[in-house]
Amino acid sequence: MKVNEVPQDPKDFREGDKITKVMYAVGDDGKYTSVNSAGWEPDNFATKQAWDAVDEELAATEQLVRSGQLSPIAYYMQKCLMDVALLAKYAGKWQWQVKRHMKPSGFAKLSDNMLQKYAEIFEIPVSALTQFGK
Amino acid sequence: MSTLHFSHSQHAHCESGVTANLLRHQGINISEPMAFGIGAGIFFAHIPFLKVSGTPGTTFRTWPGAIFKRVTERLHIDIHTQKFSTPEKAMQALDDVLAAGKPTGMLSSVYYLPYLPEAFRFHFNAHNLVVYGKEGNEYLVSDPVVETTTRIAPEDLAKARFAKGTPEPKGFMYYIKSAPPEVQYAKAIQAGIKQTCFFMLSPPLPWFGNKAIGLLAKKITKYPQKLTPRKASLYLGNVIRMQEEIGTGGAGFRFLYAAFLQEAGQLLQRDDLQQYAKELTTIGDDWRNFAYSAARLMKDRKNDLVSFDELGDMLRAIGDKEKQFFHKLQIIKW
Repeated sequence: MKVNEVPQDPKDFREGDKITKVMYAVGDDGKYTSVNSAGWEPDNFATKQAWDAVDEELAATEQLVRSGQLSPIAYYMQKCLMDVALLAKYAGKWQWQVKRHMKPSGFAKLSDNMLQKYAEIFEIPVSALTQFGK
Repeated sequence: MSTLHFSHSQHAHCESGVTANLLRHQGINISEPMAFGIGAGIFFAHIPFLKVSGTPGTTFRTWPGAIFKRVTERLHIDIHTQKFSTPEKAMQALDDVLAAGKPTGMLSSVYYLPYLPEAFRFHFNAHNLVVYGKEGNEYLVSDPVVETTTRIAPEDLAKARFAKGTPEPKGFMYYIKSAPPEVQYAKAIQAGIKQTCFFMLSPPLPWFGNKAIGLLAKKITKYPQKLTPRKASLYLGNVIRMQEEIGTGGAGFRFLYAAFLQEAGQLLQRDDLQQYAKELTTIGDDWRNFAYSAARLMKDRKNDLVSFDELGDMLRAIGDKEKQFFHKLQIIKW
């Protein structure tokens, strides 16, 4: 890649245009030099697509929580970009326990301490879990 | 409290950037490409059964922590590294080292670094940064992927250093204890290149090194039969992100490594290394073409401007070229 070919396509979503990245490219003298790049369209597209997928899946989960098929734990887990394995590690629980908490029946039996723990992991107040959607 | 002067430079990649910045602070004038090359940073792996956020794991670089360790070893620089059992101990140790005037490198999770744009903040636990001082309650941060120095609150830094997942940083931190007044590059460059060729060509398993490029090519060819268009698009997108998103310097570190070969060629006055730099630049351009074509295919899921077969063929050709390239590099006379 030549210096004048370094793309400058801004990553204009989720503050992606707040920083530029360093790329290495070849100058007219044939020597490598570092050049700042705002972004590259194919890479912006791939990143945007991944975030869109996160949004879509989160919206679907929100519906399931509202219709009483999943608990708010499932919603905030996805919102924090976690999966069951990662959330279980943060919560200090087994995965099967976290899966149970993701069901409304398991969620209803959660102690105040455990609710507090989940709230801290998700960086939200406890009421966001207990008053979900209200 | 302790604030020291730290000359921050923005770099392409976090670990080679931190390595170069820490060494320069110590008075060793080393570039990022040189640190990356001596540390044998370039690699390839595709592990379909290791899912990262639901997509198969692909990487263009060696495992985290390897670059700093190898560079300091090869340049005979004395370092200290440490892991911790609790955030309290880790933060106390950091304060002590800062009070002693040592800028300190550490592993962190990008998810808990508020100064990074949201677009880049996912649960990636192997991000390197330098903390070089403390003002009031805040830590002064030199993060090599950001243009200028920045600050972070202690709670956030503690969270970032004790993120869970794979790998777990466990507060891992490292600093330079002492460095020789002069470093000898020749042997270090040689060792770095030899190791890179070994890791690219020797792994007997299909998931690591050059063989894995062929494996990815084969998998991509089968995406249309095995996956929904949405999944296929997300899988391809992940490869592009690993290749081009912040931190690679373009073409999955191929340009960064070519820059290293060129600089090494100048330093050691070897035309052959300069020639290899040019060759790798061409291969890097092929990787960029691959990403460009993959993105076109992703955008238009029906229109077969480039089919998955052609993408697979492109990758296979790149894999063959790199195989020949590293074979030639492996047998150069020193």
